[in-house]
Amino acid sequence: MEDIVRLSHLIDKPAPTACPGCGHLVFFRIIRECLDELGITENAIHANGIGCTGVHRAWQNHGYVPLTAHGRAAAVATGIKRTNPDTFVYTFQGDGDAAVIGLAETLNAAYRNENICVFISTNTVFALTGGQMSWETLPGQKTTTTPLGRNCDLTGKPMHLPELICEINPDVAYAARGTMNSPKHIIQLKRMVRNAMEAQLAGEGYSIVECMSACPNNWHLSPLECREHIEKNVLPEFPLGEFKKRGAQA
Amino acid sequence: MKKTLMKGNHAAGEAAVRAGCMLYAGYPITPSTEIMEHLSARMPEEGRVFIQAENEIASIHMVGGAYCTGKRAMTATSAGGFSLMQEFTAYASDAELPFVIINVVRSGRGIGSLEPGQDGYRQSVYGGGNGDYRNIVYVPNTIQEMVDDIYEAFDTAEKYRIGVIILTESSMGQMMEPVIMPDYKFMEGQPEWAVTGTHKWDRGSDGLGLKRKAWAEKMERMTAEMQRWEDSGLEDAEYVFVAYGLPSRSTGEAVKALRAKGEKVGFIRPQIVSPFPAKAFEKVNRDVKGFICVETTEFGQMVQDLAITVKKEFDRNVPVNFYPYGIGVPSVKEVLANYEAVKAGGYKEVF
Ligand SMILES: Cc1ncc(C[n+]2csc(CCOP(=O)(O)OP(=O)(O)O)c2C)c(N)n1
Ligand code: SF4
Ligand SMILES: [Mg+2]
Repeated sequence: MEDIVRLSHLIDKPAPTACPGCGHLVFFRIIRECLDELGITENAIHANGIGCTGVHRAWQNHGYVPLTAHGRAAAVATGIKRTNPDTFVYTFQGDGDAAVIGLAETLNAAYRNENICVFISTNTVFALTGGQMSWETLPGQKTTTTPLGRNCDLTGKPMHLPELICEINPDVAYAARGTMNSPKHIIQLKRMVRNAMEAQLAGEGYSIVECMSACPNNWHLSPLECREHIEKNVLPEFPLGEFKKRGAQA
Repeated sequence: MKKTLMKGNHAAGEAAVRAGCMLYAGYPITPSTEIMEHLSARMPEEGRVFIQAENEIASIHMVGGAYCTGKRAMTATSAGGFSLMQEFTAYASDAELPFVIINVVRSGRGIGSLEPGQDGYRQSVYGGGNGDYRNIVYVPNTIQEMVDDIYEAFDTAEKYRIGVIILTESSMGQMMEPVIMPDYKFMEGQPEWAVTGTHKWDRGSDGLGLKRKAWAEKMERMTAEMQRWEDSGLEDAEYVFVAYGLPSRSTGEAVKALRAKGEKVGFIRPQIVSPFPAKAFEKVNRDVKGFICVETTEFGQMVQDLAITVKKEFDRNVPVNFYPYGIGVPSVKEVLANYEAVKAGGYKEVF
């Protein structure tokens, strides 16, 4: 019962400003559920991304740090964790935030194997600014800056962040990609989030979980159509799975 | 307490340790690097955190991460490194987050040159990032004063919840002087603004930033309380020199030499330039003929704050003279020659 009360402030106090069907809401809810289940909600600090992952009131709860500029969350989280090793520290960032403008901060935190959790909610666009191309935009995907569809000959191909991080530092504790488009996938995603959190609690080092998230607003699809779009178009480009399992030898 | 001979940058790093700094994150840049090198050994020795970051954007954000949880943190940099930190200083100002940066200024634009200069003034004083904000800026002119300023800087930053910059020059970092190191101290308790698992940051999170009125009140209070300068000979001065940092040392010598010759010259040395020590000017002879600003910039930076202060202080238009010393540290001879030229009407007032 207490868990339900606690989660309720995500939804009703104050009213969420994110769109109905937003994938960030699902991913963030899972993160909060796992914090509650592990009993660490009140010892957790959240360094936010700038984007829809940062501006909407739904994410601004306990331990929320609003001072991170666009892309710098992993550096802020590093400073928090290093001086507060007993506090649980995580980031919640978009694909533009973590993989485009903040790529240096993201990769370097992983390179150092900082004992933090990085949660990236990838909706394949810069959602907050109105749906421009991000490095995760699908080949051929129309965005407001790729009006004819993404031409990878000119822009490069979609970036696969968890895989890239395993290349940069094979010693990270955990790296995985999930999605939120079906109950089955949500259960899988939650297991990934739990793994990432447990890795930090055990002092194993850096973990990253990317969630392929729906953005009905910028995809110009209904929440239901978003689910199918993820299944049909997103997952073939961004395979689900664990790229680094906990305890696995590098 | 014992005096030890120390290099400026090493003394600066050690002062931060004594002041209870718990995290140092930085990226090497000449002429600030010895601060980082000193701390790479000293911080772990004291059980504190040292991080060599990937760049200055990351290093200052690490400082912010630590400070928002109530842990004293600092970085040091110069030139383009300080430029990269301006994104953060704007955010921190909006969030009323304290921080401490030692800016060991080298002269020039862009990559510039390694010689000493003072053209980091404007960027340090006026924020440097977007939005209208100020940092508190200490401008010591000896290594001992720098040590004392750094020791105080953390308390000041926390008291006003504002960014504090220690503005020094490359020669100050490289030269050696005897110093007395203060005792170890630590932040007392946990500040009420510190972020914890049950307490989110209390400012700026509504996206609106500071309320203007509260900001104005704070700045007014801070301006009144942080007036700090040294002066001499103001009551009967015909000309008043104004200089800070290393140029204030040669200017001080020049003033003494002129006084010994019977010249009626006065001197104001700001020890903090932001807020500017406007109060110092109340003591100046009402019949003063002019002010002479000595600074090592190309076009004049502090001279603008000086000119505004003089305009406010006097009913008539008192000339403010400035000779652009460019880079380095002006010699006593140069300052004296400049004085003669001003007196003879050889230099036009710039303001
Ligand atoms: C330095 C800087 N440049 C640009 C912006 C504008 N901006 C805000 S959010 C954003 C993109 C966010 O994309 P993403 O991280 O994918 O988050 P989403 O909104 O999709 O959740 C941009 C470009 C900014 N805030 N700061
Ligand atoms: S625009 Fe997209 S990412 Fe942003 S709140 Fe709406 S659905 Fe979510
Ligand atoms: Mg996005």
